[in-house]
Amino acid sequence: MRAGSATAVGTATHCPYCALQCGMSMVGTVTAPRDFPTNRGGLCQKGWTAGELLAPSRRLTTPLLRVDGELRPVDWPTALDFVADRLNALRTTYGPDSIGVFGGGGLTNEKAYLLGKFARVAVGTSQVDYNGRFCMSSAAAAGVRAFGIDRGMPFPVTDLDNADVVLLAGANVAETMPPFVGHLTGADLIVIDPRRSATAELAALHLQPAPGTDLALALGLLHIAVADGYLAADYVRDRTSGFDDAWLVVAGWWPERVERVTGVSVADQRTCVRMLAEASSAYLLTGRGTEQHANGTATVSAWINLCLALGLPGTPWSGFGCLTGQGNGQGGREHGQKADQLPGYRKIDDPAAREHVAGVWGIPADDLPGPGRSAYELLDAIGTPTGPKALLVFGSNLVVSAPNAGHVTDRLAALDLLVVADVVLSETAARADVVLPVTQWAEEAGTMTSLEGRVLLRQQAVQPPDGVHSDLEVLRDLAIRLGQPAERFPASPVDVFTELRAASAGGPADYAGISYERLLAGDALHWPVPDVDHPGTPRMFLNRFGHPDGRARFAAVDFLGLAEPLDDEFPLHATTGRVLQHYQSGAQTRRVPELMSAAPEVFVEIHPDTAARAGLVDGGFALVSSRRGQVRARVRCVPSIRWDVVFLPFHFPGVQRANLVTNPALDPTSRMPEFKTCAVRVEPV
Amino acid sequence: MTAARRIVIVGHGMAGVRLATDLRRHDPNLERVAVTVVGDEPHAAYNRVLLSTVLAGTLELASVRLAPTGPAVDTRLGVSVTAIDRQARKVELTDGSHVPYDALVLATGARPRLPELDGADDGKAPGITTFRTRDDCERIVADARPGLPVAVLGGGLLGLEIARGLAGRGCLVTVVHATNHLLDRQVDAMAGRVLRRALEAMGIEFRLGATAVGYQPGDGVKLADGGHVPGELVVVATGVLPRTELARAAGLAVDRGVLVDDALRTSDPRVHAIGDCAQHKASDGGLVQPAFDQAAVLAARLTGADPGARYRGTPVVTRLKARGIDLAALGDVRADPADEQPPGVEVICVQDTSRGRYAKLVLRDDRVVGAIMLGLPDAAATIIQLFDSGAPVPADRLALLLGRALPAATDTGSVGGLADGALVCRCNSVSKSRLVEAWHSGAHDTAALTEATRASTGCGSCKHLVSDLADWLATSSA
Repeated sequence: MRAGSATAVGTATHCPYCALQCGMSMVGTVTAPRDFPTNRGGLCQKGWTAGELLAPSRRLTTPLLRVDGELRPVDWPTALDFVADRLNALRTTYGPDSIGVFGGGGLTNEKAYLLGKFARVAVGTSQVDYNGRFCMSSAAAAGVRAFGIDRGMPFPVTDLDNADVVLLAGANVAETMPPFVGHLTGADLIVIDPRRSATAELAALHLQPAPGTDLALALGLLHIAVADGYLAADYVRDRTSGFDDAWLVVAGWWPERVERVTGVSVADQRTCVRMLAEASSAYLLTGRGTEQHANGTATVSAWINLCLALGLPGTPWSGFGCLTGQGNGQGGREHGQKADQLPGYRKIDDPAAREHVAGVWGIPADDLPGPGRSAYELLDAIGTPTGPKALLVFGSNLVVSAPNAGHVTDRLAALDLLVVADVVLSETAARADVVLPVTQWAEEAGTMTSLEGRVLLRQQAVQPPDGVHSDLEVLRDLAIRLGQPAERFPASPVDVFTELRAASAGGPADYAGISYERLLAGDALHWPVPDVDHPGTPRMFLNRFGHPDGRARFAAVDFLGLAEPLDDEFPLHATTGRVLQHYQSGAQTRRVPELMSAAPEVFVEIHPDTAARAGLVDGGFALVSSRRGQVRARVRCVPSIRWDVVFLPFHFPGVQRANLVTNPALDPTSRMPEFKTCAVRVEPV
Repeated sequence: MTAARRIVIVGHGMAGVRLATDLRRHDPNLERVAVTVVGDEPHAAYNRVLLSTVLAGTLELASVRLAPTGPAVDTRLGVSVTAIDRQARKVELTDGSHVPYDALVLATGARPRLPELDGADDGKAPGITTFRTRDDCERIVADARPGLPVAVLGGGLLGLEIARGLAGRGCLVTVVHATNHLLDRQVDAMAGRVLRRALEAMGIEFRLGATAVGYQPGDGVKLADGGHVPGELVVVATGVLPRTELARAAGLAVDRGVLVDDALRTSDPRVHAIGDCAQHKASDGGLVQPAFDQAAVLAARLTGADPGARYRGTPVVTRLKARGIDLAALGDVRADPADEQPPGVEVICVQDTSRGRYAKLVLRDDRVVGAIMLGLPDAAATIIQLFDSGAPVPADRLALLLGRALPAATDTGSVGGLADGALVCRCNSVSKSRLVEAWHSGAHDTAALTEATRASTGCGSCKHLVSDLADWLATSSA
């Protein structure tokens, strides 16, 4: 098929990687772009080469069981019996909370839903969480607090096409979701990033705050919005609550004080606010750069406060959104694989929610466990008296992607049983006692919910290799072995989705009216879709926000300093992020030769003066050390980075793991770790 | 459980309230410490730093309230402390009551220094006012109107902020300043001159090297040289004096301010002082940041969160809040670039005075020890961070001063001039050389180049580059 053409031939599907869920079509295992609103016929290098993931040689095709210290092929009954026997024994001896379940934001809605049900019903454990905790939790917590409902972008991506001004806070879309950039070409961009990222190069205004100080910047911009006369007073009066309390904090962040803390000049602060306020159509979007902090929830709240002061959310052709990262990062946070949550974005400690979901599942509400530990706390508890003794991991490569990765790797080693269901032998799978090869994207059907809250059906395009089972089958087969009736754990995606619709009905993320038939017919359905005649909700909040009083809420948040300030021993900020060619822990993309040849290894971006003072040479190697560990990385001198910042991409394994240095300090609300700032030093290898 | 430690804070200004807030941050329900705050102004605490912004008309007076410290803090307003009884460890209030303390904190601030002025009745004459309190601010705002002649006594930071704010309200402002250059405590003579010109362009007049000696209500001030400055309103901004009477009467060691050590203790270890009333060897009063830093240290000590916390001083950074003028000054800026410098010291200056730009950077061993940045906002932000962190400055000093230490995006110009390895399509990792290769393998138009390399099939923003490249190759190969 001709590159660049948007004619759909073959099976219409979506890219296996990020939340933009670019439309693609597949003939055999060859992918090609397909015209779809998010990508409009574009694909990045990852999408073009995604078919490589399907080559049997690159993926797991048989269960593996550790015997005498080595992973050896076994048949499915042997593997599943082994797992179930061990789980039953642990549960009998130590209780159900001795078993942890860990999910992922790349799993389909059906898998995420059934995994949560499996944990709570078949295992009976409260100890279930997922890697989205490391990704979207701060944005989600702030979104719920402000709007009553968290849908990353409460408007379609295509609305951005007509924007005058778009502010991207800590989002490097030119690398993380390249076709998204096509929606920004008409707007003046404001990019907030300590690096001059590929996205910052497209900006009309680039602000480079010191890592970890975004919150002070956001507070200061709101101060200026008021002082410079841009407060949307009618909107604040009619559609929001809590401004006065928020202002009491913000009043203390006058521009000159913000400048001293962030390094962003007063002049640039004022320009930023003026651009946003004077635009006839303005959007503010956050990414992980501003969210993945120990004050991430407060930081997102401060950005939302700014938007509310300017009257953007819930106003046509303007708004606030967060850019969901993982493929199903949106749906993955809605359907119950999160420690505090039940399907439909319901709270697990809400009695009405428990009744509803328990009713759908055919069990008494009292049998449902309560909230469990968040992701890092769950992993950190392994080996402690009340911590998990077994961990079942679906679609997550913790050894590379968790913060303080060296410690997490040690914790995994302390488990009695580690079971990993994955497509490839990831670094985490390689440490497992049992590895279960499961289906991926093109080998199965399932729904995904994209960054704009649109539910998509990804159709099966190829047959899975022999020996591979779907995650749904694995969960059913384990549930039966744990004593559940087979009919309680359907294994066909459409049956699971039908159940998910019922479980989500009436919840904030209501999928009741979405069906495979409607999706196949091409309906563009953005949740909530409460019934089958409902057209979906592409734009939320136009009349009211999700709180009972219909108002959006300002949050009185304050900046209290960095989680790990710099000192003489560790005088530089390290921040982490992605490169275009790789996705998350790289478990998939590092197996695609074309991507590996373009981005083969970890590097450290550093200012040439800082490098020279540390005795580093461009192209040589550096050791980047924090209080927790060290990374060996290729030196890349970049004159546009702040002199006090180094950048590491986090996709690489072993001694190249950026997360060996990151700080597991957690956000008090979202339990998000401090991925994006930690104190380091650099030295030659 | 032991009884909570009783902390009495004298002063309900920026320092006192900040301390109460910080104490609650360490001890949210006030279980370890019991906090009483005594303030003589009757209204809610307010942010004094922002009063000049109110004067300038951008913020309302109601908007500069400080966040309340909460009902758990015993706040007594409209009363003053009349005496400290250090033996009995209690303070006496004007309402006759006594408050016992385990730790006493003086945060009494400063009062304006009034010049000797015939006819001013110690500042009580009508039409003359200082600018320190919310009431002062309210009074000036009420009087200010377009065309009103105003004399501002004092060309320091506050005087200039007042002058700029009132000029912005249309008043006819004259600044009277004792020396020959403005902001003489913070900047050098050249910066003072450039600043003066910038302010003159905003309609402000100056009488430098002049001393006001007399005041006539409704008329103005009389200068020592016999001159006259019209002023139906006269605002005095000739510095402040730490309020030390209480400390002095209690027998505490006082110099200019109440002397404190690194633990913010006075000569009586149960009595502390912070903010404008305190004098620490590494910190001058008059700015808010030292008060904040001192409050943080003291709160950590008093709550036991960090009993070893020490205050080591606050680097002095001055930022003039005057709309249309961007001035930052920090550290020691006395070094003259014309002089020979001691080893390790560099002085770099940029003068573009006709455009209101002037910068001076003083470095010692690659570290910023002083700087003035006038009209160079980007440089100011970066240099303040370098000064605060003590990090070595970039090798390119001039670029730093111009605020262009970070290069602008490279202008690609013509595609022919692109380096071979330059990325044309980031989305698909396609370099110029790959496209050239594809051309030589027969891909002779944009569509063919795209098909061969996938260039421009991601976000599409390099389409024009690919097409330009096709044209360039067609021309250059012809």
